[in-house]
Amino acid sequence: MSAAEFDEMSVESMDELETSLAAEPVTPGTVEMEARDLSVWFGARKVLEGVNIRFPKNTVTALIGPSGCGKSTFIRTLNRLHELIPGAKLAGSVMYEGKDIYAPEVDPVHIRLNIGMVFQKPNPFPSMTIRGNVLSGMKLSGMKRPNHDQIVEETLTAAGLWNEVKDRLNAPAGDLSGGQQQRLVIARSLAVNPHVLLMDEPASALDPGSTLKIEETIRELRKDITIIIVTHNMQQAVRIADNTAFFLSLDGNPGRVIEQGPTTEIFGNPQDQRTLDYVNGRFG
Amino acid sequence: MSSTDTESFRDLQSAATSHRGDRIFNRTITLAAFTALIVLAGITVFLGLQTIPVLQTQGLSFLTTSIWVAPDYGIWGMLYGSVLLAVIALVIAVPVSLLLSVFMVFLAPKGVSKVLTNLVDLMAAIPSVIIGLWAFYILDPVSQEWQQLLNQYLGWIPIFKNTSGNFSGTPFTAGFVLAVMMIPIVTSVTREVLGRTPPELINAAEALGCSLWTMLRYVALPYGRGGLVGGVMLGLGRALGETIAVFFVLKIVFEPVNYYDIIESGGGSIATLIVSKFGEAAGPYEVKLLLAAGFFLFMMTLLVNVIANLIVNRTGRLQK
Repeated sequence: MSAAEFDEMSVESMDELETSLAAEPVTPGTVEMEARDLSVWFGARKVLEGVNIRFPKNTVTALIGPSGCGKSTFIRTLNRLHELIPGAKLAGSVMYEGKDIYAPEVDPVHIRLNIGMVFQKPNPFPSMTIRGNVLSGMKLSGMKRPNHDQIVEETLTAAGLWNEVKDRLNAPAGDLSGGQQQRLVIARSLAVNPHVLLMDEPASALDPGSTLKIEETIRELRKDITIIIVTHNMQQAVRIADNTAFFLSLDGNPGRVIEQGPTTEIFGNPQDQRTLDYVNGRFG
Repeated sequence: MSSTDTESFRDLQSAATSHRGDRIFNRTITLAAFTALIVLAGITVFLGLQTIPVLQTQGLSFLTTSIWVAPDYGIWGMLYGSVLLAVIALVIAVPVSLLLSVFMVFLAPKGVSKVLTNLVDLMAAIPSVIIGLWAFYILDPVSQEWQQLLNQYLGWIPIFKNTSGNFSGTPFTAGFVLAVMMIPIVTSVTREVLGRTPPELINAAEALGCSLWTMLRYVALPYGRGGLVGGVMLGLGRALGETIAVFFVLKIVFEPVNYYDIIESGGGSIATLIVSKFGEAAGPYEVKLLLAAGFFLFMMTLLVNVIANLIVNRTGRLQK
């Protein structure tokens, strides 16, 4: 099939194609999430094409690439947030623990609770206290978990914020600094016990000190969960990521993965000239 | 100013406004701002001056009794009626307005939302005398049937009691008319407020697996609380002061004061009292009485606004 034919296929026929291709078994315990031949549209505009990435359990994967190459869109398809945008379409599949998260019987709420998300701009709920923010996921999703005090302490500790806020849990979340707010948001995501955490440039709006704290937190969290992080900061990718995928969209074409692999390879010995140019800061 | 002052400090304030056009513009704005205050103060003083002789002759019973037969006058029933009508209107209009704006902001496709917005704004532009005529010829007869049903099935609830069998000119119908007039005002404010919920907060709620209801309950409504209450207050202001539409459908009754039989014929409203008595006022004293009634309506509206502000500040507690 030519690329042009592929482009013109309807979403339905793409789905059928996927079902026939999806025969390859996934070994549980090794691959937590996987995008299979994923293409994404906003209305008639195709923004991502043929993305195949595997995210092994308990690893950090960095998604790098210039602005507008579809990284953020990609990450939003991984927990079914993309579909909330009017006109959003998708072909291919996203596997989570061996199952297609876009299968008709799958409850998106279940997916979003298992696959948490931290956004670029710290977004704690201003009408809630620090404690209220940590526990808000349970209210919003209707999830029931006992021992709220314990959850608050555990998640804030994991996010590296506990010592700074333990004496003022009932203060408004808006009182915290930007870096603290972002760690609060991480604690909030962790409170619903996710297996995967998606992070869309979580440190790009923060000062260097807060950035380092977030990176420390990511390294700690990796022991328990799988992390997928979009970043524009090459050094950050090198510091925290086990694997890296390089996205690029050329001349208004949909974004594609140009190269992926262990971070040391992508930065130390890239196979593609464009990757080499990008990681060395020659464009972007 | 001593010479040392001029040496050590330079006058930055006057330098900032040294541009002539700026100066004229600033003064014009300041003047306009004060005009509002002057008008408000003027009305208060004018009404207050008319009220003094009334209170001197009638005493406090002007406020505590309900009668309009010379030489005794008391507006308690009308004051109470104004509040009762406003409460009925609020109970009907606020849920409708909120649901309407939630639909327009979060559910409806863009085109539908736009059409609805225009329709609702158009509703606000209907002159109240037209609404009054509609209420008199169409709503009141229909509403009598609704009220009969309410009485038949929910008559055991005290507020739906009716012993006279007369369902015309009730507080319910008048409150319903006020609700029709409040809905466009409250809706356009609440729609605006809900539409300003920051997308990043909605994103956060979506990423935490919210439903539309939980997102509204825990994120959008608390975020817009101040504006939402403001919108309701704006509507309430109209409900308390609305004259002519209520005049068409409410039967003014001084005694006995209709406290809660909302589907029983007869009730009160200060604004309607004034418009119904003003034309046939028997001499300057009765005019003074009506102006005094207006003064207390004004004071009551002020009081309601103050109380509403207190409520907003009180409920400003954070969600733990």
